[in-house]
Amino acid sequence: MSIKDEMNRKEHFRKAVWETPFHPRTSALNSVNEWHRWKDYTTADVFFDTALEYAAIRNACAVFDLTPMTKHLITGPDALAFLNRLVTRDVAKIKPGRVGYCVWCDDNGQVIDDGTVFHLREGVFRLCSQERQLDWLSRSAHGFDVKIVEDTHEVAALALQGPTSCAVLKAIGCAGAEMMKPFDIRYFPFAGSELMVSRTGFTGDLGYELWIDPPRALELWDALFDKGENHGIRPMGTHALEVARIEAGFIAAQVDFHCANQAIMLDRSRSPFELDLGRLVDFSKPNFNGRRALLEEKKKGSRFRFVRLDVEGNKPARSAYIYDKDKNVVGTVTSAEWSPSAKANIAYASMHMPWGRPDDELWAEIYYQRELKWSRVMARCRVVEGVFWDPPRRRATPAADF
Amino acid sequence: MAKYDAIVVGAGHNGLTNAAYLARSGLKVLVVERMPWIGGAAVSREIEKGWIYSNCSYVCSLLRPEIFRDLELARHGLQIVPYGGGVSITSSGDILGNYTDEDVQRREFARHNPRDADAYHRYSTDVMRQCKFIRPLLLRTPPDPTSFKPRDLREMIFLGRELNKFGEQFIYDTLRFYSMSIADFLNEYFESDAIKCHLSGSGIIGSAMGVYSPGTAYVLLHHYMGDVDGSIGAWGFARGGMGAVSKAIANSFKSFGGEIVTDAPVARVIVKGGRVTGVATENGNEYHADIVVSNLDPRRTFTKIFDPRDLPPAIVEKAHNWKIRGSSGKLNIALDGLPEFPALGKNNPLAYGDMHFLDSLEKMERAYDDWKNGTWSKEPYLDLLIPSLTDPTMAPPGKHFMSVFVQYVPPFIHGREWTDADREGFKNTVLDQIGRYSPNFKSLVRHVECRTPRELENEVGLTEGNIFQGELTMDQLLFNRPFPGYAQYHGPVKGFYMCGSGTHPGGGVMAAPGANAAREILMDLRRPNIVPEGWRDD
Repeated sequence: MSIKDEMNRKEHFRKAVWETPFHPRTSALNSVNEWHRWKDYTTADVFFDTALEYAAIRNACAVFDLTPMTKHLITGPDALAFLNRLVTRDVAKIKPGRVGYCVWCDDNGQVIDDGTVFHLREGVFRLCSQERQLDWLSRSAHGFDVKIVEDTHEVAALALQGPTSCAVLKAIGCAGAEMMKPFDIRYFPFAGSELMVSRTGFTGDLGYELWIDPPRALELWDALFDKGENHGIRPMGTHALEVARIEAGFIAAQVDFHCANQAIMLDRSRSPFELDLGRLVDFSKPNFNGRRALLEEKKKGSRFRFVRLDVEGNKPARSAYIYDKDKNVVGTVTSAEWSPSAKANIAYASMHMPWGRPDDELWAEIYYQRELKWSRVMARCRVVEGVFWDPPRRRATPAADF
Repeated sequence: MAKYDAIVVGAGHNGLTNAAYLARSGLKVLVVERMPWIGGAAVSREIEKGWIYSNCSYVCSLLRPEIFRDLELARHGLQIVPYGGGVSITSSGDILGNYTDEDVQRREFARHNPRDADAYHRYSTDVMRQCKFIRPLLLRTPPDPTSFKPRDLREMIFLGRELNKFGEQFIYDTLRFYSMSIADFLNEYFESDAIKCHLSGSGIIGSAMGVYSPGTAYVLLHHYMGDVDGSIGAWGFARGGMGAVSKAIANSFKSFGGEIVTDAPVARVIVKGGRVTGVATENGNEYHADIVVSNLDPRRTFTKIFDPRDLPPAIVEKAHNWKIRGSSGKLNIALDGLPEFPALGKNNPLAYGDMHFLDSLEKMERAYDDWKNGTWSKEPYLDLLIPSLTDPTMAPPGKHFMSVFVQYVPPFIHGREWTDADREGFKNTVLDQIGRYSPNFKSLVRHVECRTPRELENEVGLTEGNIFQGELTMDQLLFNRPFPGYAQYHGPVKGFYMCGSGTHPGGGVMAAPGANAAREILMDLRRPNIVPEGWRDD
């Protein structure tokens, strides 16, 4: 019985957390047995050592099981028109075989979620997101001839990330993978089935995401680890990915912003402009959810500013308040890590307007504990333009072998 | 007879709360109770030997945690145990369960309708926004919107600020929400009838209204705005039954030197020279005080224990017209074993919560139609719990106590009084319905306490058996509760106050009306305010 069928049984509650199709392999490799819940599934925090798993992303390649990510399949004659109504950017520019990063807003121009639109084949789209979106997608579909189904459980997916990832792909039979440009989709025959590969990822490095029928999942895993052995392949958990994500400049829903359709108070949600995603808003489109409110915001100004900070010293500014020089709270840190690759103490912060300008004098209030003793430092912060880690291999085509 | 500083008529949980604060402030306080026991509708009694029934109210969520802590109710023996579960069983044998685990709950909804499963986020966010708005108002005296007194203006500004936190759209939403039906509200979120009728139950419990009646959306909020240890919307059992709530408050009251006299029905409130001077009981005693507080519902207060000649005509009329319609009954059942519900299978955690037998909103509305036709519902809405699965003190080991709240039950049968034969017929209707979903249920029944509106009025003192001491509709809420101009707990006669669920913020075993009334009394006496404000809750 498929996972979806099992979840549809009356007795489904006897099992609260499920395993992905890769679980036989991931559980065997998880020597520390540390897991957490990601939607319906259990997912590894770490397999062996976060620092080594992180190093594999930046030095060789690492594999992450992203099956639990929410996926929706959008088809029908109006699929493109519907998506253009839904998201803020112009989906017509995402040609068949291409992927685009998007956000979608409510009528108040507040971000409900972010995700990626995969133009799988002419007129067939997959939308990947943090949260399940059937409610908002259905409500946005009035008047469109479109079919929307959630197919999270029907696709098994792995992220293969790092400088040797292309070499591994070629070794398992994806001939010509090196010619894929960033955000390209290609299909390769695999084990009598079809393997979909996209040059996408959450690490800001050379990397791919691999999509396959669940019954073929273990064969894919085995092929990767068999052929990848000489290319330094490792499994990675969420902790390692989190460091790479922040270095790469990606925001995460429910971490760096609260999904607008779950926001109780007015000041808890953010617009795309307030997340530094203004480039994703295309006002040349005649209509899309939140357009009027976003135009208004453009005119009147935003309430918040999203910034990337380089924080003095070496103590991550997790959940820190940001102060101005007069000790007023002017912002809060949403994500923070020490960056091993940039050798910097990095953070994202949501600032009250107008703070977060390049010349503002900003201070992070950092609490840290050593041997059970708590200490506090005020660390000077510098607003950084661009992302913290952006190696040329991230975009180079053809992709190199390492 | 002895002279007191204040006399509280009725030892319900609100009367006791009010008395506890007055006594704690240093006043000499007497509570006068009609029955041989205290507690009003928050009462536990052993009727069948070995079984403790929660005879009226049966679950706890709304009891204000600020009062719980402030009156040291834990030290005085009160323990609230949260329960999980809850389920609606359909006549075809399917179920819709309440699971505390978010993912399991989503799958359960998705099983019925995938879109509804995602819509539940939007629904709970919108309802939670209403909860967050109203919760800080529960332990505040409603401002009089027509008054220019500094305190009323201050409270109106507070209200405005609270509204402002949620934005302009929220004001529109709130005005609609307070006046719409639960069915219309749920239709804005859900498609599945199973999901809608499951959720709609909270919109009608205790109300003489159907799922399509305007005003029932608010009743749902009234059942969602409580919490158990900060978990908003959660419900629990008082260990030892709901009487444990009243007992703990009474113990707190006594620890401040308060006195309670039972078996003392008040015949009338004594009014001399335009102010109250005490109460006279039916057994001929008089107790004197310059302050008299009524825990009774507004109808009973102003038509039963007041001489109408002492009252302004409008108050007498408003009391007669007070919307306090009987709509529910209660069966308390001692069971010789645990009934099986085949639709749930063995060891189902859902059985620990509230069970209902539901199919559609349509069927629920037909149950209400029966009430309008002057009879109990042929297919009643049940809120059925087996507290003894959670609380080992309710029944002997292996035996069980089942609490069955039943709706709709009219105050009169085709306009005439209930007879014992009616009550027997009503009881069998309920037992038969349960029996259809649990084949071994009837063989386990050992004793049934069956209470129709007649018993609830005669034994508990709630007019028509209305559990909230008056409907929770906008015309009877906030500054309209009980009457416009009298929402700040003062009565129409000097020295007279009201503290029952017929005052803001209403029923549900909150203890807030009692505490709010005490604050007003202490302010009038120019004594320091010792009644806590609500905790900040953003």
